[in-house]
Amino acid sequence: MKVNPLAGAPHAHDGDSVSRLMGRVLLALLPATVYGAVLFGWPALNLLVITVLVCLGCEAGCLWLAGRSVRQGIMDGSALLTGVLLALSLPPWAPWWIGAIGGGFAIVAGKQVFGGTGQNIFNPAMLARVMLLVSFPVEMTTWLEPHPWLSGSAPSFLEGLQVTFGHFTFTDGMTGATILGHARTELVMNHPLSQALPGHYQPGFAAIGWTGGSLGETSAVLILLGGLWLLWQRAITWEIPAAMLSTVLVLASVFHWVNPERFADPVLHLLSGSLMLGAFFIATDPVTSPVARIGQVVFGIGCGALVYIIRTWGGYPEGVAFAAVLMNAAAPLIDHYFRPRAYGRTWRGQPRPVPERAKKRAAVSRDSGSGPA
Amino acid sequence: MMRLHGFRGGVHPPGQKHLSAERPIESLPLPPRLYIPLQQHAGAPALPVVTAGQRVAKGELIAREHGVTSAPLHAPSSGTVAAIGDFTAPHASGLPLPAIILDTDGEERWIESKPLPDPFSLSPEEVACQVGAAGIVGMGGANFPAAVKLSKARQAGVHTLVVNGAECEPYVTCDDRLMRERAEAIIDGTAIMLHALQAPRALIAIEDNKPEAIQIMRDACRQDARIEVLSLASRYPAGSAKQLIQSLSGLETPSGGRGTDTGLLVHNVGTVYSAHRALRYGQPLISRIVTVSGGAVAEPRNLEVPLGALVADLLNYCGGIAREDCARLLMGGPMMGQPLPGIEVPVIKGTNGILALTAAEAGEAHPSSPCIRCGRCVEVCPMGLLPLEMSKRAHHEDWLGVQSLGLSDCMSCGSCAYACPSHIPLPQYFAFARGKLAEQRREERKSTHIRALMEQRQARFERQARAKAEAAAKRKAAKKSRAVMVEEDDE
Ligand code: SF4
Ligand code: SF4
Repeated sequence: MKVNPLAGAPHAHDGDSVSRLMGRVLLALLPATVYGAVLFGWPALNLLVITVLVCLGCEAGCLWLAGRSVRQGIMDGSALLTGVLLALSLPPWAPWWIGAIGGGFAIVAGKQVFGGTGQNIFNPAMLARVMLLVSFPVEMTTWLEPHPWLSGSAPSFLEGLQVTFGHFTFTDGMTGATILGHARTELVMNHPLSQALPGHYQPGFAAIGWTGGSLGETSAVLILLGGLWLLWQRAITWEIPAAMLSTVLVLASVFHWVNPERFADPVLHLLSGSLMLGAFFIATDPVTSPVARIGQVVFGIGCGALVYIIRTWGGYPEGVAFAAVLMNAAAPLIDHYFRPRAYGRTWRGQPRPVPERAKKRAAVSRDSGSGPA
Repeated sequence: MMRLHGFRGGVHPPGQKHLSAERPIESLPLPPRLYIPLQQHAGAPALPVVTAGQRVAKGELIAREHGVTSAPLHAPSSGTVAAIGDFTAPHASGLPLPAIILDTDGEERWIESKPLPDPFSLSPEEVACQVGAAGIVGMGGANFPAAVKLSKARQAGVHTLVVNGAECEPYVTCDDRLMRERAEAIIDGTAIMLHALQAPRALIAIEDNKPEAIQIMRDACRQDARIEVLSLASRYPAGSAKQLIQSLSGLETPSGGRGTDTGLLVHNVGTVYSAHRALRYGQPLISRIVTVSGGAVAEPRNLEVPLGALVADLLNYCGGIAREDCARLLMGGPMMGQPLPGIEVPVIKGTNGILALTAAEAGEAHPSSPCIRCGRCVEVCPMGLLPLEMSKRAHHEDWLGVQSLGLSDCMSCGSCAYACPSHIPLPQYFAFARGKLAEQRREERKSTHIRALMEQRQARFERQARAKAEAAAKRKAAKKSRAVMVEEDDE
């Protein structure tokens, strides 16, 4: 292109930038991240640091190999965000190589092979999570009961390093299934939910996040607060989270109403697993979601439906990562079919004549008014 | 109050009107030399009717219109025509354009005029004709000859005149001051335009960031029940004709069609004011109000400027510009204005502002980065286009692809680039694509022309060959028949 970008209008800008956008998303994730680190102690923090460092390192390496500006690429904050999102979705005491392999895969295979920021089809963090789930099912589903910092059960720094780098064997009682995982196992054994859930699931704890689960996904409330702040900051649009959450809510309500012993109640669905994180932070990833508002609604509904279907009938207890990746693949198609109607054109793109009736109405509309105020 | 319909998209750039909004209109001292480009309007350039050395009076015709869509020019002051030649155009290209150069004599001697008839005693055609003869063009920046618009609109059966006082571009306050200081004249001009249109009502639309202007205009039109002042929510580009029509009527100008298809006609307040001056005082369009503003200008002001005054004259009067701070020098507002090649360029009929912006104001600090598909450009595009897709196609040099995505609907409002977090200069891609498409069309025309010539040649050859063959056949037949005749004779 021979366009001189400095030559033309507009000569004004609203001041937002990609790095600010990513910065706001990271800030919104901070409460949930801190909470996760406190709840699961040093090993969780180690994992977070490793994942993020590997992501940044791979990003810098790829940019350098491609001969692009490493500084600009790193400063946009997208690799950092990918690292944080991936770490938050991992089991908190996973060994270091889970974070390292995941981070490297996310950046190299999930993003840079497509051409870097803005070019990737799949959300890099979710693609890596899916890969890890499929490749390392044991490590990826070893869920820890809360071991909060400063409590008696918390590992010391050295024990933390041992968890992360050494060979640490979990003893009985340290681990447990997530709520969704537990409900699933019980259902497979034909136990009705009314017997399976009590003792395992309390909505209050699930909301705060005092439960086993991924590093940063346990606290639905903190994630929701972060998400609402992002909405208020206009860093994300409301269509995707609203459509995704309400789809899960509606589907779960209907099925639960039909058979409460087989289908978990909608509140459990909303409060557990990665749904909140998925709705506010993953499905809203601008690069891999549709650009038009109307397409975003469709995308959100698709994500929500897939999450519910996978959770209820699929082979995994949690489906957010799969749902996100599948809908990412559909995003270009959605973008093609759901676009805004252009001014002065019909939905099919033909010039839109002024309807005679509307024209007449416009001509007389003043008579119905009360005149100058 | 009338119900407003609003429009899609748009952005909220900081208005920055406070820099100049409280400065009353001042007259720029008459510069010794004026440079009047022959092309100040959409359409064909005007033809000079004066020669070098000729003395002219203020308001005298110096160039007449040429063709249907064109506008005449008049002497902005009395003096002597120094030359007719090329001069730097007020455009980024900095290309020289033909202009009439006038040495003013400082006498401000007006052309003698006959007593004027009451404009309402004239026929609508005559009013439109006088508007045209006064050289009035759209003064909001579109520069379209006003008389052409008026006659077409009357034929199209327009029922509402929209007087555009929205002034949605940041910094610019010339219309605001005009409405505050000369409201009666604008209302009178509106009545004259209504007469020319034979339309029953007029709506004066003003953004709500100009409450004083709204109040003053409301007071001024109290006597005339046909005229109503409406307050629009401030949002760029509320003052664009298409968006204004949509806000007021809920109707959309069909793509590729005319605004008057909706039954509404939009004229800028400055245009309406000029019509008042032309029909009440016989004064052609020879001066206009210009806002000089921006962070790099020492004293922002609103000036009444004779056409052809140099930007340098205006800036000097406003205390000059701090050169080290000035990152952009613009004619027009920051959203759609043209960067100027220098300060030695003249003010023309459509110049509403001269801005000297600092780097911070112009948002210049950021280099652009790859598109992250955030969809902001889609959200803010008032025309409902997909700017990111259009720029992607342009980047891949797929010009027809850009066209198929609605390039012709894009009005270069700049909202998309204003909102883009990746700082991608989207409208510049579109401008580039437009240029390429125009080039392609020219090439195509040329090649069809050549093809036509070739075909003609081919046809000529064939015709000649056929003629030859026919002649030969005739000769043969003649011989044969003669032979037959001989045989018959033999019998
Ligand atoms: S606003 Fe900029 S970054 Fe966002 S989709 Fe449009 S072009 Fe891409
Ligand atoms: S410049 Fe064109 S594409 Fe961009 S917002 Fe304006 S009309 Fe839409």
